[in-house]
Amino acid sequence: MVTDGAIVMDADEIRRAITRIAHEIIERNKGPENLAIIGIQKRGVPIAQRLGQLIEQIEGVSVPVGSLNIALYRDDFATRQAPVGKTEIPFNVKDKRVVLVDEVLFTGRTIRSALDAIMDMGRPAYIQLAVLIDRGHRELPVRADYVGRNLPTARKESVEVHLREIDGEDAVVISKSGD
Amino acid sequence: MPLHRKDLLGLQEVEPDEIRLILDTALSMKEVLARPIRKVPTLRGKSIVTLFYEPSTRTRTSFELAAKIMSADISSISPGGSSIVKGESVKDTVATLQAMGADMFVVRHQASGAPHFIASQVPAAVINAGDGMHEHPSQGLLDMLTILERKGRLDGLKVAIVGDITHSRVARSDMWGLTKMGATVRFVGPSTLLPAEVEKLPVEVYTDLEEGIADCDVINVLRIQLERQERGLFPSIREYSSLFGISRERLRAAKPDVVVMHPGPMNRGIEITAEVADSENAVVTTQVTNGVAVRMALCYLFLGGAANVAAA
Repeated sequence: MVTDGAIVMDADEIRRAITRIAHEIIERNKGPENLAIIGIQKRGVPIAQRLGQLIEQIEGVSVPVGSLNIALYRDDFATRQAPVGKTEIPFNVKDKRVVLVDEVLFTGRTIRSALDAIMDMGRPAYIQLAVLIDRGHRELPVRADYVGRNLPTARKESVEVHLREIDGEDAVVISKSGD
Repeated sequence: MPLHRKDLLGLQEVEPDEIRLILDTALSMKEVLARPIRKVPTLRGKSIVTLFYEPSTRTRTSFELAAKIMSADISSISPGGSSIVKGESVKDTVATLQAMGADMFVVRHQASGAPHFIASQVPAAVINAGDGMHEHPSQGLLDMLTILERKGRLDGLKVAIVGDITHSRVARSDMWGLTKMGATVRFVGPSTLLPAEVEKLPVEVYTDLEEGIADCDVINVLRIQLERQERGLFPSIREYSSLFGISRERLRAAKPDVVVMHPGPMNRGIEITAEVADSENAVVTTQVTNGVAVRMALCYLFLGGAANVAAA
């Protein structure tokens, strides 16, 4: 994959960050019981799947993983229509301890949409948030419970997370040419 | 990959990439229909008017449910209970409704082209819900979605549409949509029920049922309108049924896993036997569910307004 920006995390660093988050999730929740992981499409999903596999390796218990599309819950329908992908949550969220996963936390609007989408499916015991990158510039009172790396950025910069399941490589790239 | 138009008037003018976008969106909408609480907030504050100059239960209900699931506000206008009986013109009716802030009109009219006229009068999106003998695009799309789900593809399939083709806007929308997506379409029926100049349409024509459905992947059985017999288009219901009715025996000419569709309401025992209608091959109730999903997708995509239409 061709990139013109600077690589701020390479494959090993991403792997270590996700592994650490998996341990933190288990520790904070005192085990994998009743845990469920939901990735936000598109790049939150592979991270959610990796977290699910790691937690299973560490604890020997399989954790359900879902895939969430938030197009129907966005707050910018009037100006921009995201393609509607298929949400696949193959479990009941009621009373689950849900870890919501996204690749980059920026304005917080995506997370707001995702929280509404999950609430429409049932009433989880609680929802925590895991992100690979927190780049700041929040527009809503949202914070992550688990962060791979805090990355100070200018608002105009763009942060791209490449994941091998989608992009063929693992890397976090920052570039000035963000739109 | 946006839409190229403000209105959905027919599948004849719609591009394959638009059909693909609508079907993909509809497939995603099915997840919402499977939830215990079937409601998403997407279209809050959007206003949809259904304007049905011709009676309809299923199409209208389907559009209304779709709009309500998406949280749009919906108003239903029909001639009997409105100023249309006082002689108001279509033009004035839609101008009034537009002035009230309608974002979308869903129109059914006995005259072919009526939705086109309305579309030219208003900035709101217009969805044709059936006009005369012209088109019924949302039915065409739900038929395609149903085939796509069962067969995994549209390209290369053989689809027979059987019955009263002349009077069927469903047959026309199916034909345009399916041929654009690479399927072969056959019109099968007595020559009195085949449209004039059928040879100019992109279809194969058969007047023998078993030849027409031979080796087919899909059969769409059209409703035979009993009043057509009075006009002498076929000698008797009994004869029509024996020559063109879809029965278990007749179905053997098609592929073993043939999908049998019917736009409803069915005349059991006339164009389709109860045995076939209730068989594994029939997908009539799936079509109805898919109709809601397709109409949710249409509301979502066409209410996006200018932002969603590619620059012309």
